[in-house]
Amino acid sequence: MATLLEVRDLKTHFFTFGGVVKAVDGVSYDLEEGETLGLVGESGCGKSVSALSIMRLIPDPPGKIVEGEIIFNGEDLLKMNSTQMRRIRGHQISMVFQEPMTSLNPVLSVERQLTETLQLHLGMSRSDAGKEAVRRLDQVGIPDPERRVKQFPHQFSGGMRQRVMIAMALSCNPRLIIADEPTTALDVTIQAQILELMKGLSREYGVALIVITHNLGVVARYADRVNIMYAGKIIERGNAQDIYRDPRHPYTLGLLNSVPRLDLPRTEKLDPIEGQPPDLVNIPMGCSFRERCRYAIDQCAEETPPLEHITDGHSSACYVSSQLAPAS
Amino acid sequence: MTQLQQNGNGHNQDYLLEVQNLKMYFPVTAGIFLQKTVADIKAVDDVSFFVRKGETLGLVGESGCGKTTTGRCVLQLYKPTAGRIIFHGVDLCTLNNRNMRPMRRQMQIIFQDPYSSLNPRMTAGAIIGEPLVVHGLAKSKAEYKERVGELLDIVGLNRYMADRFPHEFSGGQRQRIGVARALAVNPEFMVCDEPVSALDVSIQAQVINLLEDLQEQFSLTYLFIAHDLSVVRHISDRVAVMYLGHIVEIADRNDIYADPLHPYTKALLSAVPIPDPIIDAQRERILLSGEVPSPLNPPAGCVFHPRCSSVSPECMEEMPEVREIKPGHWVSCINVPGYGTPTYQLA
Ligand SMILES: Nc1ncnc2c1ncn2[C@@H]1O[C@H](COP(=O)(O)OP(=O)(O)OP(=O)(O)O)[C@@H](O)[C@H]1O
Ligand SMILES: Nc1ncnc2c1ncn2[C@@H]1O[C@H](COP(=O)(O)OP(=O)(O)OP(=O)(O)O)[C@@H](O)[C@H]1O
Ligand SMILES: [Mg+2]
Ligand SMILES: [Mg+2]
Repeated sequence: MATLLEVRDLKTHFFTFGGVVKAVDGVSYDLEEGETLGLVGESGCGKSVSALSIMRLIPDPPGKIVEGEIIFNGEDLLKMNSTQMRRIRGHQISMVFQEPMTSLNPVLSVERQLTETLQLHLGMSRSDAGKEAVRRLDQVGIPDPERRVKQFPHQFSGGMRQRVMIAMALSCNPRLIIADEPTTALDVTIQAQILELMKGLSREYGVALIVITHNLGVVARYADRVNIMYAGKIIERGNAQDIYRDPRHPYTLGLLNSVPRLDLPRTEKLDPIEGQPPDLVNIPMGCSFRERCRYAIDQCAEETPPLEHITDGHSSACYVSSQLAPAS
Repeated sequence: MTQLQQNGNGHNQDYLLEVQNLKMYFPVTAGIFLQKTVADIKAVDDVSFFVRKGETLGLVGESGCGKTTTGRCVLQLYKPTAGRIIFHGVDLCTLNNRNMRPMRRQMQIIFQDPYSSLNPRMTAGAIIGEPLVVHGLAKSKAEYKERVGELLDIVGLNRYMADRFPHEFSGGQRQRIGVARALAVNPEFMVCDEPVSALDVSIQAQVINLLEDLQEQFSLTYLFIAHDLSVVRHISDRVAVMYLGHIVEIADRNDIYADPLHPYTKALLSAVPIPDPIIDAQRERILLSGEVPSPLNPPAGCVFHPRCSSVSPECMEEMPEVREIKPGHWVSCINVPGYGTPTYQLA
């Protein structure tokens, strides 16, 4: 399969009164056609901003993509003008936004919102778009779609709104879908249904997926590759088995240890990663995780550890990564 | 407390909250000028449960099955179509606004959707501190500031973030502001409507530990709505499973996870993804077939029957009542061993 997306040394910063927020600070990765990339990391680490950068939807001011390349299908999105970009957005690349209520228009019926994209991007007639809208709602598991399509967003439950968003994102047959927390408001059965639907598109038409989620189970089940982000950088990447079976960054390890698991006996207390992520305005010298890290050594304070190769496709930005290898 | 003792009609004094035969129907209207009710969305349809003082009742179920609506009815944010909401022995549905006010302060909610519930023009500090002002809980400016700072600490935000506005926070950070705000008034009972689903797992663990610590410290009682069944197992003492406006199973936490009885509960538990690709791939999954039904037009008989793998002809006759088939374990499925023959009462 061909490479669809190449992100090179992306830096997206926000210039605020409090200082420069380095939300994304030197992120690089590739995505093949038909591949699913899981993007995981602490709240505020820059996942949404990195996704919005691909869509060129960073509010400017205060935000700016200050460096990097985003090569989609051989062309650098960062060099495109706004007309070219509009053709890409919602057509070749579509995004399921993290905030269903704010990204749906409260005064337009669900039907209007769906048909608008269909008419705009696929050039459908109004009546075809209307039928298609119903079909798309049905596809994402909204019961009674003929009647529901006439309703307004506030008449939908949280999870149903999220599914409307997903239906909108799928409506124009994109080549890349970026789903920002697509299933947080959904129960596990619908979650499975939506992700299977997206995976199906991916298998059948080679659609590439970037799935941003906090749910490590979802990533384990659906992602081919995983990027773990911390404070604006990728600190570990690998395929799902690497990440779950052989995590080599203390932050990844901490994440895996903090979730309650249904397949293991219940514990009295959960084991969170103590402390808070650094303020992205003043990222300290050295490794940004070191203040919360139980493995930190002196070197961690001196310089930022680079992403280093462990095995094919698996790399970690940690000086002590070899100590984390499972005893065998 | 006197109210508790006054209540003689079978009210169990262990219960902080008792919900009896709750119904909440939303009208569906048609027509542009003359809005006519053409149907009802039966969001909650004859739901009964209780919550003991100091315990956590987890409420799980499919998206749109009525969890949020149940929580909102309990808090009287919606006027229920029918039923009783007995809090501290008092039926809240019978109270007027003035008598409801003191009750309100004891009951807080952490919202599912923090985006639309935070005022974009207020700073994080002001949002968190507002309930302190409204209920007069800070005696001085210094105390107010300290308390807001403390609440920020508690939810894992930095104190200097108090001066920032909601749009300057990431999604998860905003959710934490909502948690801090609800904690501000030290409520007795909290409806937590997916309080941690927008949080990343490490912060989620911190907040869950925090909710548990607060519960112990102040003997708080929680109605905890969530989709993440692993989280629900961790935090709940008992768990209620909802499907299409009905509660189909309630049991102690260990019981329901070790021995789920209702076919829907079984399917739900089997669908949980395990954060380990190898173990996950080995798990047996029960896939639900059939259409997702609509609360506008619920199926006749047991609402789950069109998707049930062990359906029998009787299932199409009526919605089975919820029965206690072993101590503390309630289920509404006629095919569960021990449920007994269905009661064919005259309609
Ligand atoms: N418009 C903005 N102005 C200033 N700072 C911003 C703005 N938008 C985002 N940020 C900051 O950029 C950082 C990254 O935010 P982002 O939304 O990408 O986080 P995230 O990883 O998606 O988190 P979450 O999991 O909570 O959604 C955060 O520290 C946030 O405060
Ligand atoms: N204000 C309203 N007007 C009309 N219908 C409503 C309203 N609020 C909720 N509903 C409907 O009631 C049903 C139950 O909604 P509710 O929000 O309680 O679901 P939920 O179980 O919380 O779902 P989720 O897990 O997706 O949040 C849904 O069909 C929804 O569309
Ligand atoms: Mg985000
Ligand atoms: Mg809800």
